Amino acid sequence: MNSISARPYITPKMLTLSDPDWVRYALIGLTLSIIGLFLVLPLATVLLEAFAKGWSTYKASLTHSDALSAMRLTLLVALVTVPLTTVFGISAAWAIARFNFRGKNLLITLIDLPFSVSPVIAGLIYVLIFGAQGWLGPWLSEHDIKIVFAVPGIILATLFVTFPFVARELIPLMQEMGHEEEEAALSLGASGWKTFFRITLPNIKWGLLNGVLLCNARAMGEFGAVSVVSGHIRGLTNTLPLHVEVSYNEYDFVGAFASASILAALAVVTLVVKTFLEWKLKQDLKAGSTRRW
Amino acid sequence: MSINLNNICKQFGAFTALDNINLDIPEGELVALLGPSGCGKTTLLRIIAGLEQADTGDVFLKGDNVTDKPVKSRQIGFVFQHYALFRHMTVFENVAFGLRVKPRRSRPNNEFITKKVHALLELVQLDWLNDRYPDQLSGGQRQRIALARALAVEPSVLLLDEPFGALDASVRKDLRMWLRNLHHDLNVTSIFVTHDQEEAMEVASQVVVLNHGRIEQQGSPSEIYDYPANAFVSRFIGQTNVFDLAEHDSDWLQTAGLLTPNQAGKIAHVRPHDIVIQKSTTENTAPATVKDWQHLGALIRLELVKNGNNESSAPVYAEMPNDQFKELELNRGDKVDLKIRQAHWFH
Repeated sequence: MNSISARPYITPKMLTLSDPDWVRYALIGLTLSIIGLFLVLPLATVLLEAFAKGWSTYKASLTHSDALSAMRLTLLVALVTVPLTTVFGISAAWAIARFNFRGKNLLITLIDLPFSVSPVIAGLIYVLIFGAQGWLGPWLSEHDIKIVFAVPGIILATLFVTFPFVARELIPLMQEMGHEEEEAALSLGASGWKTFFRITLPNIKWGLLNGVLLCNARAMGEFGAVSVVSGHIRGLTNTLPLHVEVSYNEYDFVGAFASASILAALAVVTLVVKTFLEWKLKQDLKAGSTRRW
Repeated sequence: MSINLNNICKQFGAFTALDNINLDIPEGELVALLGPSGCGKTTLLRIIAGLEQADTGDVFLKGDNVTDKPVKSRQIGFVFQHYALFRHMTVFENVAFGLRVKPRRSRPNNEFITKKVHALLELVQLDWLNDRYPDQLSGGQRQRIALARALAVEPSVLLLDEPFGALDASVRKDLRMWLRNLHHDLNVTSIFVTHDQEEAMEVASQVVVLNHGRIEQQGSPSEIYDYPANAFVSRFIGQTNVFDLAEHDSDWLQTAGLLTPNQAGKIAHVRPHDIVIQKSTTENTAPATVKDWQHLGALIRLELVKNGNNESSAPVYAEMPNDQFKELELNRGDKVDLKIRQAHWFH
């Protein structure tokens, strides 16, 4: 009989259980009720209100031409901004993780700027630059180019608020992974592009997809910045979140909540996919770290 | 000549990593770049590979000036210190990578690739692992896969960065001999970087000793050991006793009658095995006392204290075969006579 195994041993589990029962139940109960009150209940309300007058009304308000054009615009905005943000994010992360240059820390801080600036300000900036009274306003109207109160403005504002998402996801990941595998590929005769597509991209794919997902959720759900530059022209410059507001203000509750339910569904899907991606990412990093000790 | 380096210099900010390196490496050699950490040996290897650019100077591989060629067109095989295996590919795909990324014109067909990869995996005796992923392998296995991957593109030069640095001592011993034999079979000009002088002496056919970005000496292991070019090489390669004649060692050497007639400098380096020991017959004037000894397998290393007025000075180490040591029947505190067979003199 091994004498060591007979010694009393406190596992971490026993330590966490040493709090009195009522503390545990009180904290768990508090957390659950807050989540229920502020997250689950509103979500349920959205669905209840959307279906308050039955399936056919719900369907009718979603297939209304204004709602459809809002959805189309939202998809268009996401389709344009997400690829641009992805390209930007990969280049920024590459530059920051791979090279040392003056002002690198400043660049990292600047990438985070849209997170700390109120989206309304972001919208206003574009109005000030491109609006009729803005710096470029007269020149733009002379050449008959519409940016503010038109689709380009909405895309610019969305770009502003979404551009940190991919970069922020990739920078720590690429710093962690290092440069050696890419150097190995180059030494084996691979070109820069082949190295990127066969080595870099597979290594960062889960982080990249996670960033793209979050970026997409934000691009489709952004309200503040878009609201300032859009001008709320029905059927033309209303995105889905703006359409929710407009409908609600006009007492079209079913219409507002029906559109809101689409956004809510998007959020739920995003959450599920995100959880999966983060799980995959963790596994990849684990494999990488055992490889390097 | 397979590799020529002309006047290679490299600065990192204010730090001089390489200071005017000139080096010629003949075809088929297995060369060790040996030096303490920070001496520039890895930088030099990366410059030969093209992973780093020299500030000045030229690199020739097989007579071609490749100074401005990128790494991918230099036809080198590089084995990284931490192997850098592609973590998302199987062992097979790792080794096949170099063949699969060839331009379409020169890319071999699948059948050829499969045959070649299995042949390489057999060469490194790991064909049975071909469908595993790198994180399922041990350190020694990864090392051999990294080597197989580098050999797949039939490099004209094989470069290895600290190839045994990340391995256990026992695995390291085996791999050293394995690498030496492999090089013997393949005869690819190879350079490996190491800070371990024993490793360099054991594996390499030529050793290049670097210090502070300069080449201190280049030669076969026995040349380097028997005829060190300067005090640094003599100290860095193997153990050595240092006697400084300008200091108090002069008196001690004089009284001990150890001054050799052909002295050629102020500092004498004496290898431990060049000191012969006998039990002293004249107890009072004996130059040294046995303090302790250590078993190094076949050899015994004796730690001796200099007798006289300078007992605080550095101990003298002497080595002798085990059986000779037994015959002498020495005890701690015994007075002994010394004879220096050979010394290297430096200024």
